Amino acid sequence: MPVRQFGALQLEVDNEGYLVNPKDWTPEVAEAFAKEEGIELTDRHWEVINFVRKYYEERGQSPTIRQITVGAGIPTKELFKLFPGGPAKKVARIAGVPKPAGCI
Amino acid sequence: MAKTLLVLGGGTAGTMAANRLAQELDMDQWRIIVVDHSKIHYYQPGFLFIPFGIYKERDVVKPRRTYFAPGVEFILSEIDVIEPDKKRVRIKADGGRYISYDFLIIATGTSPRPDQTPGLQDERLWYKDAFDFYTLQGAVRLARRLRTWEGGRLVLNIVDMPIKCPVAPLEFIFLADWYLRENGLRDKTELVFVTPLPGAFTKPRAAAILGHMLEERGIHLVTDYYIERVDPERKVIVSYDEREEPFDLLVSIPLNMGSDAIARSGIGNELNYVPTDPRTLRAKDFEDVFVLGDATDVPTSKAGSVAHFMVDSFVPNFLRYIDGLELLPTFDGHANCYIESGFGKGILIDFNYDVEPLPGKFPLPGLGPFSLLQESVINHWGKMLFRTLYWHVLMKGRRLPMPAQMMMAGKWS
Ligand SMILES: Cc1cc2nc3c(=O)[nH]c(=O)nc-3n(C[C@H](O)[C@H](O)[C@H](O)COP(=O)(O)OP(=O)(O)OC[C@H]3O[C@@H](n4cnc5c(N)ncnc54)[C@H](O)[C@@H]3O)c2cc1C
Repeated sequence: MPVRQFGALQLEVDNEGYLVNPKDWTPEVAEAFAKEEGIELTDRHWEVINFVRKYYEERGQSPTIRQITVGAGIPTKELFKLFPGGPAKKVARIAGVPKPAGCI
Repeated sequence: MAKTLLVLGGGTAGTMAANRLAQELDMDQWRIIVVDHSKIHYYQPGFLFIPFGIYKERDVVKPRRTYFAPGVEFILSEIDVIEPDKKRVRIKADGGRYISYDFLIIATGTSPRPDQTPGLQDERLWYKDAFDFYTLQGAVRLARRLRTWEGGRLVLNIVDMPIKCPVAPLEFIFLADWYLRENGLRDKTELVFVTPLPGAFTKPRAAAILGHMLEERGIHLVTDYYIERVDPERKVIVSYDEREEPFDLLVSIPLNMGSDAIARSGIGNELNYVPTDPRTLRAKDFEDVFVLGDATDVPTSKAGSVAHFMVDSFVPNFLRYIDGLELLPTFDGHANCYIESGFGKGILIDFNYDVEPLPGKFPLPGLGPFSLLQESVINHWGKMLFRTLYWHVLMKGRRLPMPAQMMMAGKWS
């Protein structure tokens, strides 16, 4: 597995750049990943990130778009503005949880 | 006193479970009651073939009542509210009454909800230039529309995942490609497959192979597309990030949601699926309640084949449970799907919670082997044969000659 440097931290990431171990995550990791996605994190982004981390801790699964919008009370339109492209997979990476499996 | 096993939903999973248990339980000691609001049992996989004139309506409908084993009582009624704390269910028939149970099976499935996408059911469009084929009516109306098709832009859009039979949209587009070629309309038709997924399918290996099959056939693939609304005036679909796809004919796979009865009872998630233990299939929040088929939230495909594997692992477990033994974690998420790829061919994919679809051969004793993930003519016949197996073997509570757990025999990893 590739290793990435975050300040003094060295963390394992997978081939798509997701943290291998969600427990490794720190807010600095979020800042670094967000920057790579061209996203400047605001309070509203943090609301979503914290929701996603909590969801993962409780259920062991990364949430889908619908689970984020319903669970965190964020309109879908806004979620797409906050995390353009694919909000569920982008916020998962920034929040240090696995890429959503996508329902099969 | 006799114990009551109440089964909610008499579709694929409910019928199989009720009929199998009617053979296993001592029917002097047990009552098995099935409640369903529809008189007709639909063979849903057959809906796929209707738009192309391969199946007719009569091929996919049977009276539900005739499919229950002797001893199984059937009640035709809407299920109103499930009250697991009181171990009873209110039904709407007879002015509303309660049925008490000792054990409950929830098998109310999932259904397409076109009302959840603004503009889709606009009267200028719906069943004129916009259709679903996940209902019999939609499939029949779409067949009629395709007969007068003269070419243009045909867009297939999946509103959101999960959907039942996640490969059906791909099969539809492959069959459309075949059908249009047969009718000399393929070069006048642009085929576009618009999906919320990052590729043609979720599981990476299958996505790569299926993506290649789309490309080979000149079908455009639009990914990460999350539809917000349909504009009936301009005949375009619009995504949340404002990407537009114009269409002459829209084939929609509407949002799939579990039964409203689950929502009314407050026991489901955001899509009305019941939180279920993925290995034992017991409801996470309630003892004596099991959930089978599409109604669960377990992370495997919503498919008839899965419902069948679920029932296979549920039945022996249930017989342990009523004797006071603990449940065994026997369900492994096993799913397999024949994918129709047109021109009389098909491919088969087979996977579970842990194993991705693998290339190889699927061993079905006496019937196969069917090639996994590679097109072959025998896979197509597998799919056509399955309708016969469905009505005459599975729904009658008989068993297919294969184990419920996924077999690694015959697969190359
Ligand atoms: C177009 C299409 C193609 C498909 N192709 C395949 C395929 O190739 N292979 C495959 O394995 N699967 C396929 N499937 C999926 C398969 O049909 C379903 O996964 C399967 O039927 C699920 O069984 P179930 O018992 O969970 O739900 P269902 O069979 O849908 O049964 C649910 C039952 O509950 C009843 N019900 C729901 N709510 C209430 C209520 N409130 N009151 C009373 N009754 C209620 C309904 O009337 C229904 O009879 C396909 C589905 C479609 C739509």
